[in-house]
Amino acid sequence: MNRLGELERAIMDVLWDNTEPLTVRQVGLRLTNRDLAHTTVMTVLDRLAKKGVVTRQRTGRAWQYQAAASRESYVTELMMHALDQAGDRSAALASFVRRVSQAEAAVLRRALARLGEIPRD
Amino acid sequence: MLPHVLLLATVALGIVPAAAALASARWPYRSPAAAILLWQALGLSWGLAAVGTLAAVAAVHDRYGVAGGALSGAADAVRAAALGFGVSAIFAVARLCFLAAALALLTLLCWVLVAASAAVLLARRKHRTLLSLLAHGDPKVPGALVVDHPAAAAYCVPGLRSRIVISAGTLDLLDPPELAAVLAHERAHLRARHDLVLLPFGALVRAFPRSRLVHKAHVTVALLVEMLADDHALRHRPARELATALLRVGVSGAGHTPSGALAAVTGADGDVATRVARLLAPNPRLPLPAQALICAAAALLVAVPVSLLLFTF
Repeated sequence: MNRLGELERAIMDVLWDNTEPLTVRQVGLRLTNRDLAHTTVMTVLDRLAKKGVVTRQRTGRAWQYQAAASRESYVTELMMHALDQAGDRSAALASFVRRVSQAEAAVLRRALARLGEIPRD
Repeated sequence: MLPHVLLLATVALGIVPAAAALASARWPYRSPAAAILLWQALGLSWGLAAVGTLAAVAAVHDRYGVAGGALSGAADAVRAAALGFGVSAIFAVARLCFLAAALALLTLLCWVLVAASAAVLLARRKHRTLLSLLAHGDPKVPGALVVDHPAAAAYCVPGLRSRIVISAGTLDLLDPPELAAVLAHERAHLRARHDLVLLPFGALVRAFPRSRLVHKAHVTVALLVEMLADDHALRHRPARELATALLRVGVSGAGHTPSGALAAVTGADGDVATRVARLLAPNPRLPLPAQALICAAAALLVAVPVSLLLFTF
């Protein structure tokens, strides 16, 4: 992954680990082992805001930044998207296995048993 | 141009039962690539023939084909309208209406393709943004991204910056050889750009959302594309690993879908069972002459409307 992508991740991790909004300076201080210019942090935060994953608000003279949604809810969003696509076969993503009905799953479970395999779920 | 109208209409109407027959045929499982080619030819030929039939009614001669004739027809209509109304003017205006219908259908078909592509690109970009922030690598699945979620999911995000994604649930569910089979399957999708094969059929569903045949075509081609990727994975991995991977992920995913929600679009046993049966007890591939015949049929299907549209006979 490129440097910018890595920075975006690191900054998102900081925002996700802090529930209250942070200023650019506070984000910079919490980025451990990194010696980053104030403007770099600000640029990346602006990029993330443009992508819609970070929200910002003005308090006094400084902008404060916050993750638009929790890490867990983004993971859920990703998975819902992936599983939905598996249902409607839209071409955006290609799933290994299309979603199956309960009746179909029963057929598959029997097929696993015939192969001498135990379902692991 | 009556002969052109009849020929093009015959092609457009004849494709409907042909597609229905192809959708329920079983030989495509023996050579998915040839069958996909035939599906593409059917789709393209139908679009050309349907637009061509309407344009052929408007055509006044067949110099430069139906397209040339229809344009002359339009010019005649404008001239006739300028001269005032008579019997010939009424005919000319009627021809103009058919030409407008042909253009409207052509525009609709192109538009749904553009709209479907745009929707797909947008959804992928959003998905990739979240992946870049959330997913991480894992030595168990080299080259793939892992998302920490307990549900079993394995998929790829096609495109210029393609990704293969495996959920933590899948990592727990499958053993290393099965994971390797899944990766080989997804890599085949990405390398051969199977998403581009599916895109026009998805667009047709947008254009004709109520047509059962169009839905069936989309679903059938989607299954054939999966079989193509399965076949590719078999070059690197044993069939049994891929089969048990399919069964395990399939069984595990059932909990997330209301029962029967998909029954309407799937066959008796469902796609996954069909793929597994095909992996474990494969039928021989179609013999080469049969495959050549299918390719020739596909070429002819497209060549007939194209030559009627463009050339003088």
